Amino acid sequence: MPDDFPHASTPPTVRVERADVVVVGGGGAGLSAALAAAESYRAQGRDDALIALVSKVYPMRSHTVAAEGGAAGVVAGGGDSFEAHVEDTLRGGAGLGHEEAVRLVVEQAPRELARLERLGMPWSRTQDGRPAVRRFGGMTNPRTWFAADKTGFHLLHTLFQASLREEAIRRFDEHLVLDLLLAPGDDGRRAVRGVVGHDQHRGEVVVWLASAVILATGGYGRAWGTSTNAGIVTGDGLSMALRAGLPLRDLEMVQVHPTCLPGTGILITEAARGEGGVLVDAAGERYLADYGLGPTTPVGAPHARRMELGPRDQLSQAFWHADRDGRTTPTPDGGVVHLDLRHLGKAVIDERLPLVAGLARRFAGVDPVTELVPVRPATHYTMGGIVTTATGQVLESDGAPVTGLFAAGECASNGLHGANRLGSNSLVETLVIGRITGEAAAEVRPGALGAEGRPSALGAEARPGAHEAEPRPSAGEAAVVEQAQALAARWLGLRGRGTEAPGTLRRELGQVLDAEVGIFRDGDGLARAAAVLDDLARRYEDVRVADTSDVFNTDWVQALELGAMLTVARGVVAAAIQRTESRGAHQRLDHPLTDDVARHSLVTLAEDGVARVRLEPVEQPVEQPVEQRVEQRVEQAVASVSHQGDA
Amino acid sequence: MTEQKTLRVTVTRQEPGQEPRDETFEVPYSDKTSVLDTLDWIKETVEPSLTYRWSCRSGICGSCGVMVNGRPVLGCETAVAGYRTSGITVGPMAHAEVQRDLAVDTDTFLAKLRSVSPWMIPEPSEPSTSDVPALDVLAVHSQLPGQVEAYHGYLQCIDCMLCYAACPVLDDVAGFTGPAAIATARRWDLDSRDDGNEVRLLALAENEEGLWPCVQIGACTRACPKGVDPARAIKDYQREAMGG
Repeated sequence: MPDDFPHASTPPTVRVERADVVVVGGGGAGLSAALAAAESYRAQGRDDALIALVSKVYPMRSHTVAAEGGAAGVVAGGGDSFEAHVEDTLRGGAGLGHEEAVRLVVEQAPRELARLERLGMPWSRTQDGRPAVRRFGGMTNPRTWFAADKTGFHLLHTLFQASLREEAIRRFDEHLVLDLLLAPGDDGRRAVRGVVGHDQHRGEVVVWLASAVILATGGYGRAWGTSTNAGIVTGDGLSMALRAGLPLRDLEMVQVHPTCLPGTGILITEAARGEGGVLVDAAGERYLADYGLGPTTPVGAPHARRMELGPRDQLSQAFWHADRDGRTTPTPDGGVVHLDLRHLGKAVIDERLPLVAGLARRFAGVDPVTELVPVRPATHYTMGGIVTTATGQVLESDGAPVTGLFAAGECASNGLHGANRLGSNSLVETLVIGRITGEAAAEVRPGALGAEGRPSALGAEARPGAHEAEPRPSAGEAAVVEQAQALAARWLGLRGRGTEAPGTLRRELGQVLDAEVGIFRDGDGLARAAAVLDDLARRYEDVRVADTSDVFNTDWVQALELGAMLTVARGVVAAAIQRTESRGAHQRLDHPLTDDVARHSLVTLAEDGVARVRLEPVEQPVEQPVEQRVEQRVEQAVASVSHQGDA
Repeated sequence: MTEQKTLRVTVTRQEPGQEPRDETFEVPYSDKTSVLDTLDWIKETVEPSLTYRWSCRSGICGSCGVMVNGRPVLGCETAVAGYRTSGITVGPMAHAEVQRDLAVDTDTFLAKLRSVSPWMIPEPSEPSTSDVPALDVLAVHSQLPGQVEAYHGYLQCIDCMLCYAACPVLDDVAGFTGPAAIATARRWDLDSRDDGNEVRLLALAENEEGLWPCVQIGACTRACPKGVDPARAIKDYQREAMGG
C-alpha cells in the first residue's frame, strides 16, 4: 500500500540510536522482556548494555492495564496439575494449539507469577496469606491468580515501576515504530538490523540499530467497531511484519467476549461469573442451558466449564442464538442480556469486583448490588499473529528463523492459544514469553553490521537527545540507515494531502468487521467484507492527513494506525474465506463441521498489497511419555502456594 | 429526526513555542457524551490537528486528563450533560508544560515518581528475584488480606497527574515531589513485604521540595478519580519526618 504514496522529495534526516536490544511495545510482554534482558546482561557482567524500550504511549498506558480477570498458573492443594492445565488449553485451542508451546507456558507460569509477587504484585490473598486463585471459563480447576478485578492494571504498574530502577533500560516513550529493518545475514538467512520510527515529542525520524528486536506490540482488536480494546490496539506490529515479507498465522481466530457493556464495549470480566454472577434473558431466564451449556447450575454455585463458566466462544454463540430467538432486550446499541450479581451482596462485589462495579455504575448507569447489568458480546482478543516458535523466535514463510527477531504477547502466534484462548492464559503468556525472549535477545551477538562502538548505558529517566559521541556508521550500517530513510519517507509523505476522511474509513471498517467477521460467519458475508475492504484500501491511498506538524501529529498517527488495521483486516478476511470449516473462534454457518485435519492459515502480503493465504497442516507432535520427574518437581515447587476453596 | 442538541465547547490550544489561544465549537451531544467524545468530534469533523491523549476510554489507563472549566478530570469518564447551560472550556492540565494543545509533559512527573524508589526493596536477607534459582522463587511472601488492605488505597493510583493539576503548591514550588509520587511511596512503605521505608523517608525529608511544601489543602485527594488519598500520605510522612 505505501508504494502508492508519493514519496517525500528529499530523504528525511534521521537520528541514529544504538542499542543491544530494542523492545517495541511497553505492555506486559515488552516490560517483561526488557526486565529479563536487563537481568541477563547483569548476570553476564555487562554493565554497558543498553535496552531501548520503544512505545507509542507511556508504558503504563498500554492496554495490558485493562485486563481484569487474572493470570493462570497451577497451584498445589486442589488436585490440579500441569497436565490438566495443558489439556484445558489444548482443548480450547481446538487443534491449532501446539503442545510444546502450551507445556512451556504452563510449566513456567507458577514461577513467573511468583516472581511477579516478589516484585510487589498485590495478588489477592487467602485467609492464611497465600496467593488466592479463582475459577475461570474453560479451566477445570481454580488456577487463576488475581488482584481483585484489576489484575492487568496491577501487573503493568508493578512491572513498570520495577523497570524504573533498571539503568540499562532506556525508554523512548511516545515514539511510534514504523517499520522493521531486515537485511541478509552472514548465513544467508535474513537478520534484523533494527527498526525505524518517529519521535512524537521532537518530531524526528529515529533509527534504532540493534542486532536483536522484540516485537511486543499487542493485537488488532480495535479494528472492530464494537471492541473491548483500547484505541491503541491497532495491529501495528503485525502490519510491519507483513510489509517485511513475514507471514501471519490464524488471523481469522478472533475471540469475542460475551459480556461487555453495550455501545462502549467496556469489558465486564469473566471473573464476575467466576464469582457466581449469572446471565439471564429478557424474561429473566438463565438461557444458556437452552444452547448447549447446561445442565443449569444453582445460582451462586458456579461449576467449571458449564453454564456461565463455559468457554467464551460458546457463551458468545449462545448470545447470538438467543438474540435471533428474540430473547434479548432491545437497546439503541443492539440486543442485550443481563448479568445478575445481586445475590453476591455488596461486600463480595466491593471486595472482589470493585472495577466491574465502578464501570457498571459510571458507564452503564446501574448499580450491580441492586440492579441487573446489561451486556452483549464485543471483540476482545486476537489469537492470530506473527509466526514464532514456542519460545518467540520469529519465522519466515519457509520456517527459517529471522536472526535476532522475536515476538511476544498478543502480537505473536506461538502455538499457545490455537484457535481460541482461555481467559487468564494471556497475561501469563506476556510474563513467560516476554521473559524468554528478553533472555534470548540478550544472548544475540552483534552481527557483521554491528556498531563499531558499544552504546553507553543511560538512566531510565535520561531524555533522548543528549547525543553521545556516536561511532561512525560502518558501510553496512549506512545501507540500513538508507533503507530506514526510504521507509520513513513513505509515511511522512502522507502528511498534508488526501481527501478521504480517516474517521469515515475507520467507522466503515469497524462496521463491516462487526457485521461479517463476528461470532458467526459465512461465505457470502465474507465476500461482502472482502469487497468493502478492497474499496476501503483503495480509498485509503488518498487518506486525508490535514495536520502537517512534525511534533505530536496525532492526525498522522491515527492515519497510520488505520492503515495497519486495514492491512491486517484484509488478511483476517482472506484467511476466514479460505478456512471452510468451523473451528474454535472461527464459526462458519455454511461450513458448520470441523475438518479432520487441523490446518493453520498463513497470510503473506503480495506485491500488489493483497493478502495471499496458504493452509498448512498442524504438525502432529510425537506422542511423548509423561515425564515423572516433571510431575514430582511440580508437586514440590507449588507446595508453598495454596488454593482457595471453590466458593 | 429530532434536532440535535449542541454544547458550546471551548478548547485552549497551543502550538509548541507559541501563545495559547481559545477556539470554540458547537458540538452535538447526548446524555452519554463524554468530554473525550466532544474532543473526538471536533478532531474528526472540524480540526484534525487538535491534539490530546486517550486510549482505554474506561478510566484505567490514565491518559486523558484535562481541565474542564478549571477542574482536572479524566475526559473519558466525565459526562458533558451536566454542563449543558454553562458549556465547557477544556484546557491542558495545570502545572505541566504544554507540548501541544492538551498534551502535557509527563517526563517530569515520572522523574518525581522515580525519585521515591517506587519498587520493592526487600529485606537485606532476602535474595533478589534475579539471583535466586528459578524454583526457589516460588517461596512467595505470606501476606494476609488485612496486610493487603493496609496499602490497597494507595495502590489505586493510575499516574493520571490530575492531583498535580489540582495542587496549588505547584503554583509556587514547581519542583514539589507532589501527591501521586508520595502516595505511591506510601504504597510501598505500607506493603509488609517491603523494607524500603527509610530510603524513601530520607529521600523525601532531605529534599526541601519533597514533603515540606505541602500545607494540607487536600485538593489532590478531592481531584483523584480513583479515591486515593495523597494528602494523608503526605501528612503521615511529614509527621514521621518530624519524629512523630
